[in-house]
Amino acid sequence: MRRAPLSVLGLLLATGLAAGPVHAQELKDLYFGEALYYAHQGLYFEALERLDTEVKQHDGLDEPQLDTLYYHIDDADFSLGDFELRYRMHHRAGRAIKAVLEAAVDDVVRNDAAYRLARIHFQKNQLAEALHALDRIDGKVPESIRDDIEFLRANVYLAEGQPEDSIEILENLQSSDNFGAFASYNLGIAYLQSGHREDALQQLDRAGRMETDDPAALAIRDKSNLVAGTIHLETEEFALAIPYLNRVRIDGPFSNQALLSAGWANMSIDNAERAVVPWSILAEREATDNAAQEAMLALPYAYGTLDVHGRAAVYYGRALDAFGVEIDKLNESIESIREGKFLEALVREEIRKDKDWVIRLRALSEVPETYYLMELLASHDFQTGLQNYLDLADLRRKLVTWQRGYDAYDDMVAIRRDHYEPLLPEIDTVFRELDSRMRLRNEQHKMLIKRRDDLLTTPRPEFLATPEEQVILARLEQLEQQAATLESDAPERRRISHLKGLLVWRLETEYHDRLTLFNENLRQLDEAMATAQTQYDQYVRVRQAATHSFEGYDKPVMRLRVHSNNAMQTIDLLMARQGRLLERVAIEELSARRSRLENYGDKARFALADSYDRATQAQARREGQ
Amino acid sequence: MSKCRSAALLALTTIFLAGTAVAQDLAGANMKSLDGQVQEIKSDVLDISSELRNLEERLLYPSGTQLAIFVAVEEQEDFRLDAVQIEIDGELATHHIYSFNELEALQKGGVQKAYTGNVVTGSHELRVTVIGKTDGGKDFSSSGTFAFAKGVKPKTLGITLAEPGLGSDGIQVGDW
Repeated sequence: MRRAPLSVLGLLLATGLAAGPVHAQELKDLYFGEALYYAHQGLYFEALERLDTEVKQHDGLDEPQLDTLYYHIDDADFSLGDFELRYRMHHRAGRAIKAVLEAAVDDVVRNDAAYRLARIHFQKNQLAEALHALDRIDGKVPESIRDDIEFLRANVYLAEGQPEDSIEILENLQSSDNFGAFASYNLGIAYLQSGHREDALQQLDRAGRMETDDPAALAIRDKSNLVAGTIHLETEEFALAIPYLNRVRIDGPFSNQALLSAGWANMSIDNAERAVVPWSILAEREATDNAAQEAMLALPYAYGTLDVHGRAAVYYGRALDAFGVEIDKLNESIESIREGKFLEALVREEIRKDKDWVIRLRALSEVPETYYLMELLASHDFQTGLQNYLDLADLRRKLVTWQRGYDAYDDMVAIRRDHYEPLLPEIDTVFRELDSRMRLRNEQHKMLIKRRDDLLTTPRPEFLATPEEQVILARLEQLEQQAATLESDAPERRRISHLKGLLVWRLETEYHDRLTLFNENLRQLDEAMATAQTQYDQYVRVRQAATHSFEGYDKPVMRLRVHSNNAMQTIDLLMARQGRLLERVAIEELSARRSRLENYGDKARFALADSYDRATQAQARREGQ
Repeated sequence: MSKCRSAALLALTTIFLAGTAVAQDLAGANMKSLDGQVQEIKSDVLDISSELRNLEERLLYPSGTQLAIFVAVEEQEDFRLDAVQIEIDGELATHHIYSFNELEALQKGGVQKAYTGNVVTGSHELRVTVIGKTDGGKDFSSSGTFAFAKGVKPKTLGITLAEPGLGSDGIQVGDW
């Protein structure tokens, strides 16, 4: 009776390891916030695409400390790893986190990174690497992940086949708020794996009695009781198994298996009357469930041993009918999968908008195959394959949408080119003229500014003479030279000197007023030049924008088109291969279930005849008496 | 006899489960091999998506006229946001009705890029209208009008929403 009590261990090991995306406190980078917005909705492709671009841009900056992402870069690197992991890109997932580990960061950040890296390795089943990453944790550990680290360490040891090493860690986690229930069960498993059967049973007993109203912890409690019961069944301690199996909640996820095992435990101690109770409940449950099907056969068997052959015959008959119906369903399902309907249903978008899409898929009348695929859907490899198929279908949809966009971009660029190209030569001619005038005016403006600045440090009144005064001054200087040969007290020379003195007097006395006026005029000119410069810059930008609106797109669009076409071909190929594989595995599973039901049917048919015979004989005996 | 019978039934089950397990192991190996290839194509398509986004931004929203408006919800806010309408200079820019998932994402700290468009440089008016339900279950609709200036660089505005209270419409707009 190898019911593999440890087979669900992996499920528990993975539980609670996936941390949520980082909630940024005092968000400073909107694009990081946008990535979180998508991640919080489970849209990891969109989240990754935005955050990856943002982080790459940040890494390429000369002065990253001026970028808003600088405040969140550690969180962003972590989130990148998280999103990659959640988008099932394990190969890339550790990259960003390793970058944090190798950077000069404080203990808290480095230890957080080491933990996240260990978690990724664990999920990829790289146990040695996971332990290595955990061993890098040193110094101050963030309080919020202290228990997470230890729980992960214990699980790695368990998965590595070193249960002894995990025992002490799990013992210390018994009072953990987040992991107490899981640690309690896992400790029982650790004892069991390390050969301490009695300790394991005691621990599972403790875990099976825990008081809680948390649904996850209740499931763990059920699981502990089921495993404890199964351990006793395996060693044929049937009476000891029964209390544990009875403790499993009748409406919990492990109830079917517990009811079935409880029935067999009672039958094995020749208590068929007791066995009838759990099997009667189970036989009325979902007819596709393995345990329920087995109970349909076991229940009349129990009645048979109680010599209630008439009722046994009735139940065998019901089982036979039920198996027939289920075999028909399975045949339909196998046929449906062969016709490709399974994959068609999987990619139906309206189904997958619901987080319980697998359940909804099951409810669709045109998709019978999922009735029997629930166990398969729960297996890691099949789920990975299924999820990959769905991801590929999503990627394909995106590519198809993008490909339609490329033609539109080509049209848009062509329209802009047709519009601008004829206009630009004339505009450029006018612009060149404007440009040369603008340059000249700029030079003149600069010269005036320099003159004003020079005058502030070295006053030169003659520089502020009016043009008329400058002409008079030049004429007087000319006359002065001509009169140089005359007697020094000649009336002409005195007159020239007098006139020059008058002019210099005026320039000197009015110098400050003239400088103030010059400065005011220059300020007005500054404003006018600034306005002209703004208009000039705006013109240049608009002119550049006109060119940029249609130039430089051909190659990128062509490159994108080629890349998209190549990606589409690869996706089609991968979808076909993945799809065929899923169909094959599904058909194999359904065929196995059909064979099992056919075998059950044979047994039921034989037992039905046998029960009728016995019932008839019993009746004959009664009549004879 | 009972033990023999139960053992027979259980053995039957075990054999079938084992048979399925072998088939699944083989399929599992193939699935793992495909998984690596799927991861590679995901990486390729992410690169295409990133390049396409850059191209679209250049082509449709040149930096000189680009305006992006983001919406966030104030921390610790539990009001139900039903819809946000944004008008720029009296013209409807966008109207978004929030799903449960979107609202939850905002409440967890996510920021929604609600609008990307083009406006000319200069002064503009932004009108934000918010429709929702208060934490106490009362319907509300509040609006706010804000002025902003568009320069030559891309403009990014952030709208932060809170439940309207006394003297406050619960809408803040700022440069980001």
